Amino acid sequence: MVTTTLGDGTGSAASRRTPAARLQDWLPRLVVAPSFAISLFFVYGFMLWTFVLSLTNSRMLPQYDFIGFAQYARLMENERWWVASTNLAIFGGLFVVICLVIGAGLAILLDQRIRQEGVLRTIYLYPMALSLIVTGVVWKWLLNPSLGIEAMVQGWGFESFQFDWLVDSDMAIYTLVLAAVWQASGFVMAMFLAGLRGIDDNIIKAAQLDGASLPRVYWRVVLPCLRPVVFSAVMILAHIAIKSFDLVMALTGGGPGYATDLPATFMYVHAFTRAQIGLGSASAMLMLGAVLAILVPYLFSELRGRKHG
Amino acid sequence: MSALEIRQVRKDFGATRVLKDVSLSIDSGEFLILVGPSGCGKSTLMNAIAGLEPVTAGEILIAGEDVTWRTPAERDIAMVFQSYALYPSMTVRQNIAFGLEMRKVPKAEREAAVERVADLLQISPLLDRKPSQLSGGQRQRVAMGRALAREPKIYLFDEPLSNLDAKLRVEMRTEIKKLHQRLGTTIVYVTHDQIEAMTLADRIAVMRDGHILQLGTPEEVYNDPVDMFVAGFMGSPSMNFIQATLEGDAGAYRLAIETPESPRLVLPWPAARETPAMADAVGGRAVLGLRPEHFSEEDLRLGDRAEGTLLAAKVTVAEPTGADILLRLPLGDGEVTARVGPKASIAAGEWIELRVDMSRAVLFSPDSERRLA
Repeated sequence: MVTTTLGDGTGSAASRRTPAARLQDWLPRLVVAPSFAISLFFVYGFMLWTFVLSLTNSRMLPQYDFIGFAQYARLMENERWWVASTNLAIFGGLFVVICLVIGAGLAILLDQRIRQEGVLRTIYLYPMALSLIVTGVVWKWLLNPSLGIEAMVQGWGFESFQFDWLVDSDMAIYTLVLAAVWQASGFVMAMFLAGLRGIDDNIIKAAQLDGASLPRVYWRVVLPCLRPVVFSAVMILAHIAIKSFDLVMALTGGGPGYATDLPATFMYVHAFTRAQIGLGSASAMLMLGAVLAILVPYLFSELRGRKHG
Repeated sequence: MSALEIRQVRKDFGATRVLKDVSLSIDSGEFLILVGPSGCGKSTLMNAIAGLEPVTAGEILIAGEDVTWRTPAERDIAMVFQSYALYPSMTVRQNIAFGLEMRKVPKAEREAAVERVADLLQISPLLDRKPSQLSGGQRQRVAMGRALAREPKIYLFDEPLSNLDAKLRVEMRTEIKKLHQRLGTTIVYVTHDQIEAMTLADRIAVMRDGHILQLGTPEEVYNDPVDMFVAGFMGSPSMNFIQATLEGDAGAYRLAIETPESPRLVLPWPAARETPAMADAVGGRAVLGLRPEHFSEEDLRLGDRAEGTLLAAKVTVAEPTGADILLRLPLGDGEVTARVGPKASIAAGEWIELRVDMSRAVLFSPDSERRLA
């Protein structure tokens, strides 16, 4: 009996195990394997394929004549790309910041032990249940000068009232912000509300006794406790902003002209409707790069900060 | 002038009256403890003092000034919470200095105050840590430091030791007592732990159902309780209540206790402790209150049989606590607890003779539960 254990202990132990026990060991890996394989292929595989295509002069169909970074150079000289990028900066920045401010504000107001809180919470949260296409169409009608708000107010007799951002190429991008904020701020509110509920009431009382006014209590004591919530909210909002394609398509269609193009619509238009797969792929890669450039440092600082904090 | 005066304060939550016309006055430098079972209104009263809950009626005066409608910040009060309520995103240093910062104290003074408090509470090495990195006892110290940094008129402690383990609780209790003796601050302290109340307080206010039942020094509340609730609440193990019949006349009252097995026990009431109320209660039921330490082991060597009354009983349970032994004995229609010295070697089932010290006994009316004598 002693001699058996003197041999290759692990080998003999493994060979003596029943198939059921071995299955138990492998089961988690087996269960995860399909989704792992699928995401490896469809996400990372296609990412790689897109990168390869961006180095070719593919037009209508993928082809593999490598021309180096020429597509990227073309992109840098493309005025429409710069419009789309600037738009993304304006749209994304305003969308994230306004959603955070409105969401946090609503959550703080809703957290004051008011009546009918459940009803109000649902009302504010509901827009998130709509698809961005629906939001886009609704706001398209609301903002249409001859159908929506402008027509209504003018109908009341204020003939000089003007609200034609949708057809103004300088202002149209802000209509996207308006619609997207309407849709997402209730969701941000729900996140903040959950965070606020997790805070000990006594902390607020203590800060009041320490002489802080209510706004200062929130600004100095409560909101800093909600850093993880802000982190999650920024993550979610940023990805909504960057992948905003359906909203643009439904609300402005990228117009007037290409005034409200975002990189996502730029990519779609070039890759799939204008037979510029190479250029489209290059723009897709730049989008990916931009996302990584923003998210990686943020993720890194937040996650490291939390470990030490 | 009293540091804090509460006049006829009433607080309603909807239809429930939580504070029923509470009045209270606390001298400067006094350590007052509000004690009572949960739901008695003690925490509500504390929140009313702090200004965290508006009162329905009545007045609150701090150092002679009416502060009933002032905000918590304007009352110059510091509070230590049961949950500590430290600001999680700030370091210990920032936590302590926050109150001073909000009151626009210059930075140099703030730092000096933090140093002073940190020395006082021995938390200097912790100043740059976040609350999440501290143990319960350390958080407790920081919470006290935050209150001490500002030197307010009144300190409020809301069950500050409840979240600590037993050993730490005793340590911190001593420390709070030392701090109070050193700093001479006015403290209002809420607890449901009657030992904390007895050990710390200058005066104790026993609360129940929104009333203050009794306000007095720990000795008064312990030895001279106004009713059966106060008598039963203060002291551990709690006071024994024995059903008895009051007999005799003025000068020679007796308490007769019916005992199922043995002949009935008659205890003479000391003449020095008679009250006029007893005359009306003669012939009726009365509740005799005896604390466990009012029983003592009969020591034959002393032989002073004149004092106290002898009682023989069969021990049902003996619980040695180390310092002494707690005995459960049948008496009347119930059981009583007696505390005897640790030398007594007594086991369950044995007979013991105990002397009852009637000079410290109290007598209650069974209907009103108020004191008869």
